[in-house]
Amino acid sequence: MADDSAPIVEGDRKFTINFGPQHPAAHGVLRLVLDLDGEIVDRVDPHIGLLHRGTEKLIEYKTFLQALPYFDRLDYVAPMNQEHAYCLAIEKLAGIEVPRRAQFIRVIFSEIGRILSHLLNVTTQAMDVGALTPPLWGFEEREKLMVFYERASGSRMHAAYFRPGGVHQDLPPDLIEDIHKFCDPFLKVLDDIETLVTENRIFKQRNVDIGVVSVPDALAWGFSGVMVRGSGLAWDLRRAEPYEIYSELDFRIPIGKNGDCWDRYLCRIEEMRESIRIILQCIDKLPVGPVLPERSKFAPPRRSEMKTSMEALIHHFKLYTEGFHVPAGEVYACVEAPKGEFGVYLVADGTNRPYRLKIKAPGYAHLQAMDPLCRGHMLADVSAILGSLDIVFGEIDR
Amino acid sequence: MTTASERAQMSTELKAHILNVQKDAVLDAAIAHGELTVTARRACVPSLMAFLKEDSLCRFETLVDICAVDRPGEAERFEVVYHFLSMRLNQRLRVKVRTDESTPVPSAIDVFPAANWYEREAFDMYGVLFSGHPDLRRILTDYGFEGYPLRKDFPLSGRVEVRYDDTQKRVVYEPVKLVQEYRNFDFLSPWEGMQSVIPGDEKAGGGSGVK
Repeated sequence: MADDSAPIVEGDRKFTINFGPQHPAAHGVLRLVLDLDGEIVDRVDPHIGLLHRGTEKLIEYKTFLQALPYFDRLDYVAPMNQEHAYCLAIEKLAGIEVPRRAQFIRVIFSEIGRILSHLLNVTTQAMDVGALTPPLWGFEEREKLMVFYERASGSRMHAAYFRPGGVHQDLPPDLIEDIHKFCDPFLKVLDDIETLVTENRIFKQRNVDIGVVSVPDALAWGFSGVMVRGSGLAWDLRRAEPYEIYSELDFRIPIGKNGDCWDRYLCRIEEMRESIRIILQCIDKLPVGPVLPERSKFAPPRRSEMKTSMEALIHHFKLYTEGFHVPAGEVYACVEAPKGEFGVYLVADGTNRPYRLKIKAPGYAHLQAMDPLCRGHMLADVSAILGSLDIVFGEIDR
Repeated sequence: MTTASERAQMSTELKAHILNVQKDAVLDAAIAHGELTVTARRACVPSLMAFLKEDSLCRFETLVDICAVDRPGEAERFEVVYHFLSMRLNQRLRVKVRTDESTPVPSAIDVFPAANWYEREAFDMYGVLFSGHPDLRRILTDYGFEGYPLRKDFPLSGRVEVRYDDTQKRVVYEPVKLVQEYRNFDFLSPWEGMQSVIPGDEKAGGGSGVK
């Protein structure tokens, strides 16, 4: 891009280029304006908002239940983790008890979401630095996981499966069996992907000591998730502020040492193994029981009940037209999403719609740090750093 | 790992501590749903932030989020809400500041570099001004966008629409034309939770007039 037509001076190596918005390594619609000195990056100015859909505005005009599917469309790589934060916010404000079986199902699908996201990120990060095969292997496994999504919710990606109070419907028994059968072979596939990538000479040359994040930097820039764990801070909301049944589960939190792109990659690989452990434990312990609160203002009545009870029929009609009312107040609820802390700040005024809903997306804080992270690096490192930040534009632009 | 009761205990202590040390900066502090909310004086934002970051009982080193809430009809219509997290002490805090369309809030950028984009977003969406911000540009909306989309008086449909004009060979902006009026159903039941007196009700109750 040539903004100004200043004459080219001999020996002047400073110039400005556009990276994106259509660039395969930009992970969506990101426009980076890069000031270069030869091949060294002087300054990065990310231009975002090309996927801005006004989600927060739209949600203010929908009932609480109608607003739920917007959360699938934020980080569309791990949709149910977003729904989870939203449901937790409503449950906190309205004081809804989630049945135990629903909590286990939520954890299973949150972890499936984590694997979905990390698989995509790890393999495309390899692709950004030149490896073509890992995404093919990774996407094959992702497809299997999305089939689990589909069998639980009816939709591969935009699930709208977590509902305030629980999950929409119970899992079919054979699905639980199939998820169990998926786990062990998947660990084998993960080993295979690791033999391709982890110790690969080119991959290490492109990632080791690139984009180093120190602990003070990670705190100053408001990082969360793998971005702080990669730097050696053992911070995980599943451990620090356990929600659902995470406090009963046995899992480890992998942390990095150097805070570079390679450490973050290793953290993600290890987290997928831990997710599999969590899923297996949940399947073992999965209790029987309802998946939505019974006789609650917030959950629909049973189909069979509606055939005989007038009150149930009225309740069902009112729930899906007017929607439920959430008491006035404000809460902040967050989950450990695959990309970091995904939070929902909900302000309710006692009606059937949110008064204000702010979505705190982890990627927003991470992308903001592109400038300090990339300064002094080579142009080619920009895509490696961007890949390791785990950017998805659905959640950043909202 | 902390339990809910330990967490409540910590918030109560933290509330007393902040109220005690930052008397001049804090207007009010309250705990609701286990979350501590502090309402602060606008002018004191930078000093309060520095205190929250450095104080040994606070240690709020991570700025999680900044957002605005629009309450038209109130004297200072915008609430600017800061969320803080202390990974060291595992505690959270919400700070609120009031402002209006023309009065800037001191930027938190010197204490928390992460405030940069969050303040830009609040400016972009609500038109909240931040003094001392080095680069207060729009961030999420289109280049050349006019208006503040998340304000309550901004229409949901927006004001302009874009399309590619084949004769001019470029994208053109036009005022929004909806073929059908936007259907905004009001499902709120007038019967449930009605607080006002229904005309005629006074005849049914008490019966002081009827003998």
